Amino acid sequence: MKYESQRVAMPYFIFALILFAGQIVFGLILGLQYVVGDFLFPEIPFNVARMVHTNLLIVWLLFGFMGATYYMVPEESQTELHSPLLAWILFWVFAVAGTLTILGYLFVDYATLADITMNRLLPTMGREFLEQPTITKIGIAVVVVAFIYNIGMTALKGRKTVVNIVLITGLLGLGGLWLFSFYNPSNLATDKYFWWFVVHLWVEGVWELIMGAILAYVLIKLTGVDREVIEKWLYVIIAMALITGIIGTGHHFFWIGPPEYWLWLGSVFSALEPLPFFMMVVFAFNMINRRRRNHPNKAALLWAMGTTVMAFLGAGVWGFLHTLAPVNWYTHGSQITAAHGHMAFYGAYVMIVLTIISYAMPIMRGRPYGNGNTAQVVEMWGFWLMTISMVFITLFLTAAGVLQVWLQRIPESGEALSFMAGQDQIAIFYWMRFVAGAFFMAGLVVYLGSFFIKGEASPAEEVRGPATADA
Amino acid sequence: MAERFTKSMARNIYLGGSVFFVLLFLALTLDTQLRAMPERDNREQLTEDVVRGKHLWEENNCVGCHSIMGEGAYFAPELANVFDRRGGGDTEVFKSYMKAWMNAMPTNVPGRRQMPNFNLTDEEIEDLAAFLEWTSKIDDNDWPPNIEG
Repeated sequence: MKYESQRVAMPYFIFALILFAGQIVFGLILGLQYVVGDFLFPEIPFNVARMVHTNLLIVWLLFGFMGATYYMVPEESQTELHSPLLAWILFWVFAVAGTLTILGYLFVDYATLADITMNRLLPTMGREFLEQPTITKIGIAVVVVAFIYNIGMTALKGRKTVVNIVLITGLLGLGGLWLFSFYNPSNLATDKYFWWFVVHLWVEGVWELIMGAILAYVLIKLTGVDREVIEKWLYVIIAMALITGIIGTGHHFFWIGPPEYWLWLGSVFSALEPLPFFMMVVFAFNMINRRRRNHPNKAALLWAMGTTVMAFLGAGVWGFLHTLAPVNWYTHGSQITAAHGHMAFYGAYVMIVLTIISYAMPIMRGRPYGNGNTAQVVEMWGFWLMTISMVFITLFLTAAGVLQVWLQRIPESGEALSFMAGQDQIAIFYWMRFVAGAFFMAGLVVYLGSFFIKGEASPAEEVRGPATADA
Repeated sequence: MAERFTKSMARNIYLGGSVFFVLLFLALTLDTQLRAMPERDNREQLTEDVVRGKHLWEENNCVGCHSIMGEGAYFAPELANVFDRRGGGDTEVFKSYMKAWMNAMPTNVPGRRQMPNFNLTDEEIEDLAAFLEWTSKIDDNDWPPNIEG
């Protein structure tokens, strides 16, 4: 850690991991409710648990992105953060607002929550992933604007690197597109169209810029490869992400009202969306092969490789499986969608945040070359347990989805099973998914446990001449 | 990557590519929203009842369990075509079905998925029914494949 103000990333990372644990607890509740329908009913109905599960995910990833940014930008700019105090204030504002919102979901009936937060004045609630009360949405907007101001001021006064430019472009996109969460026309078809401007253009657009920037930064640090090479790769990857992903939004417009030309545009462009993820795999492994140093933080390197592979599988391969319109006509809104969503979010965004945490946390804790061997071995156990569990969660949900489509979608009306009759037939896969989820939880406990193990690694060993000054 | 392919070439592909596709996306959005959607989304039938029904749909977080036009949660049945599935395409039949259904919740059958009772008035249930009926008439390229959703 070269600048003292980078340390403000620490509370963001710690709080992100706490929320991550909460997300998984609610994931297990949901998984059980799929097979024991009245589990925790009426105390925590499915819709409440799901809202907590998905909103915790979004919020902890935002905490992770913010922590990553506070860590990376001063070092890239070669200057202290513009205002560490503002970063701390925003941390508490966001943490308190986020916690209150989650508690509101859990302890206040949703319609009452809508009522007391005056949703009628500017109705934005009750849409998937955007369930937050309008006041919380305004809070998120304010926090993001102040955060970007703090980061922007830092970046402007220091060295301009491609990593910083791409990261900040991604964050500006994140903030700008969030404004669409306030647009909720009474025409459902229009509402849905612009809802995707937040949801798709975040996760299949600007978040890929953030992911690419974090990955590039960590690879510079871990491999010592020249920045010029890494930045060129980064540009090509994000170019592919936006060239395919923007029109790729069309794969969501197939069945919600927009005209038929989206069937073609959405199919063709989203079929290309795996490309940037494939390039990230090639990029990471290539840079590691060309490394100029053996960095002792092997765990961080494992996360960096893992995130590219899992993002490619989850976002790329599992996305492609059901993105062509003739396939999607059958699979849209089935468990196949859920399978894709789980592995894509885990592979791309959970793992990239855990990558930067794995790299930066030891440094902030006074272990400049990473944790000691025992802590790293335990962390890598956490990596494999969570990752393999997620592979199985995805496989079981895919099996459930294929059967669901077979029973409920493919037969003619009259022959097809009803939704609930179909669900009963595939319960075995939901049970197996629940077991895989329990293993994921075990992996998370192991992973979190690794933070409590003492000891640090010794300095990096150079393999091909000294690494660049950046590394 | 060959050395002839420089970083500034990569940057230009990124900048040029993203600007081009952002503009194309905006143009397509204009065409979709201004030209195509008025013909497809059944907006002339979008009455006050439908608007109130959409608010009820949102304020009770229906999408937390159900999907509508395939979007939402996958815990409970698709509802964009429930007007055809349960109402047989008849407004009055659907309204009475909705009242009977909503008031019978939760079933409290042990082990079965439970839908809460949202304590809606008869008028509110009619608004919700109007919203679902209106939604069922959006031209969605003939999705879902069959009546089961």
